[in-house]
Amino acid sequence: MLDSLGFILGTTLMYSTPLIYAALGGVISENSGVVNIGLEGMMTIGALIGATVGFYSGNPWLAFLAAGLAGGGLALLHAIASVTFEADQVVSGIAMNFLGPGIALFLSRLFFEGATMTKAIPSGNKMPRPLNGVFPRNSFFDFIFNQYATVYMAFFLVFILWYTLYRTKLGLRIRAVGEHPRAADTLGVNVFRIRYLCVILSGVLAGFGGASMSLAIVSNFRPTLVSGHGFIALAAMIFGKWKPQGAMWACLLFGASNGLVVYLGRPGTPFEISQSLLSMIPYVITLVVLAGFVGRAAAPAAVGTPYEKGER
Amino acid sequence: MKNINFDHKVVEMKNITKKFGNFTANDNINLTVHKGEIHALLGENGAGKSTLMNILYGLYQPTMGEIYINGEKTNITDPNVAIKKGIGMVHQHFMLVEPFTVAENIVLGMEPTSTLGTMNMKKAVKNVEDISKQYGLHVKPNEKIQDISVGMQQRVEILKALYRGADTLILDEPTAVLTPQEIKELIQIMRNLTTQGKTIIIITHKLKEIKEAADYCTIIRRGKHVDTVEVKSTTEDELASKMVGREVSFKVEKEQKQRGDVGLKIENLVVKDNRGIDAVRGLSLEVHVGEILGVAGVDGNGQTELIEALTGLRSITSGKVTVNGNDVTNKTPKEIFQNKIASIPEDRQKRGLVLDYTIAENMVLENYGEQPFSKNGILNKLEINKFAKDLIEKFDVRPNDETIKTRALSGGNQQKVIIAREVTNDPDILIAAQPTRGLDVGAIEFVHKSLVRQRDNDKAVLLVSLELDEVMNVSDRIAVIYEGKIVGIVDAKDADEKSLGLMMAGGGSQQ
Repeated sequence: MLDSLGFILGTTLMYSTPLIYAALGGVISENSGVVNIGLEGMMTIGALIGATVGFYSGNPWLAFLAAGLAGGGLALLHAIASVTFEADQVVSGIAMNFLGPGIALFLSRLFFEGATMTKAIPSGNKMPRPLNGVFPRNSFFDFIFNQYATVYMAFFLVFILWYTLYRTKLGLRIRAVGEHPRAADTLGVNVFRIRYLCVILSGVLAGFGGASMSLAIVSNFRPTLVSGHGFIALAAMIFGKWKPQGAMWACLLFGASNGLVVYLGRPGTPFEISQSLLSMIPYVITLVVLAGFVGRAAAPAAVGTPYEKGER
Repeated sequence: MKNINFDHKVVEMKNITKKFGNFTANDNINLTVHKGEIHALLGENGAGKSTLMNILYGLYQPTMGEIYINGEKTNITDPNVAIKKGIGMVHQHFMLVEPFTVAENIVLGMEPTSTLGTMNMKKAVKNVEDISKQYGLHVKPNEKIQDISVGMQQRVEILKALYRGADTLILDEPTAVLTPQEIKELIQIMRNLTTQGKTIIIITHKLKEIKEAADYCTIIRRGKHVDTVEVKSTTEDELASKMVGREVSFKVEKEQKQRGDVGLKIENLVVKDNRGIDAVRGLSLEVHVGEILGVAGVDGNGQTELIEALTGLRSITSGKVTVNGNDVTNKTPKEIFQNKIASIPEDRQKRGLVLDYTIAENMVLENYGEQPFSKNGILNKLEINKFAKDLIEKFDVRPNDETIKTRALSGGNQQKVIIAREVTNDPDILIAAQPTRGLDVGAIEFVHKSLVRQRDNDKAVLLVSLELDEVMNVSDRIAVIYEGKIVGIVDAKDADEKSLGLMMAGGGSQQ
């Protein structure tokens, strides 16, 4: 029984991780006033680049970093469109969601002889598990704490982002830009620079999220890998009221539903439930959460509106 | 006056011209301000006074002209330069981050930090307390902006400028949102600041405040410099005619009139605001035919919700509204209109007009479905345009062309279109919400005359306005609204500003 609980908690942590990275990306972007529904596309490109660099270099850390850069690169396009050219942020985000998977598929075919699926990374070259072997195998604590490094980093980043947003000068300015960009501008804060920084960081984080799937949870990239995680992360960010710690709890909720799916789907469980029904759970929870529990009250006031300098 | 140092020109703007496309907002304007003076910039809406100050603050670049700060030629490319040169600006619409605290708003952009960019909030609060004490502007540094009054928010704005070391403060229409008491306090604050060597430029179109507070006044009309005068040796009338370019009368001409029966009756009205909180809390009011009942009050005391409820735009939680005995509680806007209630809405561009429709189309917004404007669902453009042409003539809408879009009209002419439409339907009740907001003196005169004409024709007029002077000038009786209730009703001829102001701030007695 205890082992089952440990198994569920462990899978929860593992499946929450990509969501946490991407949701943190949403948090930082939206706190600066830019909607980023392109998280999905940025995760996808991150997952592909992570898997590709991981396969060819054999270095998971280099792969992880490259995935972040790829996500950041796609986010740069979003920033150029929505900050500099004042495009509708939702439309630009949708474009990112077409571009990301499109580029990913193209690169996959280019690097892997026309295959839409990258070759599996040998298990020795996947993300390391720092606490592997510390606890007895398949014990309660082993299930919970024997995680990939990406899991620990995700939770550490929650703290870093919380501290940055609420305890530093930069954070004060980011939130001011998201709430009242004109006020920030009249006080000499560079609205454009802050928004660029936040949108790019958001892409980097989403890229990390994608890589935490393709380098850790599984060991390769395939077109169905990300399938909606970016949107679930977006929902988690909203459910978490645009705060890093709130988003983290929401991601854990979604991760737990995933953990439950895996647990109940194992052979030999007491209940026999259709796999198709099970895999619906995370998406159904997303729908219910967004429909039932969320008001717009907590959103940064200026989110979604481009800032025009010197308008009359 | 004794604080002014005439040898020290703090700001000198020479031959400033600013063009936006083909439109010249500032045409060769000169402005000189000495250290320690309170200098008023007077002009109608759109005269170019805010543009001039935005140039001084670096938000716009002048097309031509030079600026000297403390005698030194300065190129103010952005607000940072202005701030460095000791110029601070308090904007008409406050630039405050609502969920932030007072201290956070003041230090934003110049934050005291310790290692790694971490905010030193203790020091921030201390700094704010220090300058707040130095200038006698008391604020609570740890309160959030969204929880403090508008008057307090204005102090925060002034402190923001002082924190940045401003020697010259530009205040853009600072009294528009204040109660009479808060205006008195503000004038006192301005005087205090000048005794400490600060210089103040105040943008306004309110003559009374200029007479009370300013030392000098520069008048701008249609982008051109008209005159600079010493305030104590001029009169309000003189200032007004210089501002408008012709003689204007401020007194609303109206004869004594006996009021008739109750036209509009509101009983125990309760209405919720957008957040679901009661905004109108058991309000009762009777408006008689043949009178103008003015509702005075500070913004946000339920005026907007009251008007929306009366015109059918917001549902009424409880209470009753009757017109000539007919119940119109929670009726649709169309049913209310059919019960002969007309309204001049608060936001003329959002609620009063469809900006991308022509003048003619806007004129028939309420009865386009009736003959002769349409038949079997097909509009009769000829009739509509004929009708509109007639009204344009009668109400002197400019330009005289029914086929142009209302977006292209000035605020005053947009208001004329609305009034023409509403009055022509011959309503029994006219509800006017802030009917002169943002209008210049000439247009205000027209609106007031229209209201008085309705009253003289034995109709009931309900006027809701944030401008106390307007309410006192136009109304026959004045009701004061505070926190969603009427806290007192007085005859306009017995009303004085002080007691009304007290009631508006919640210090009144129930009558």
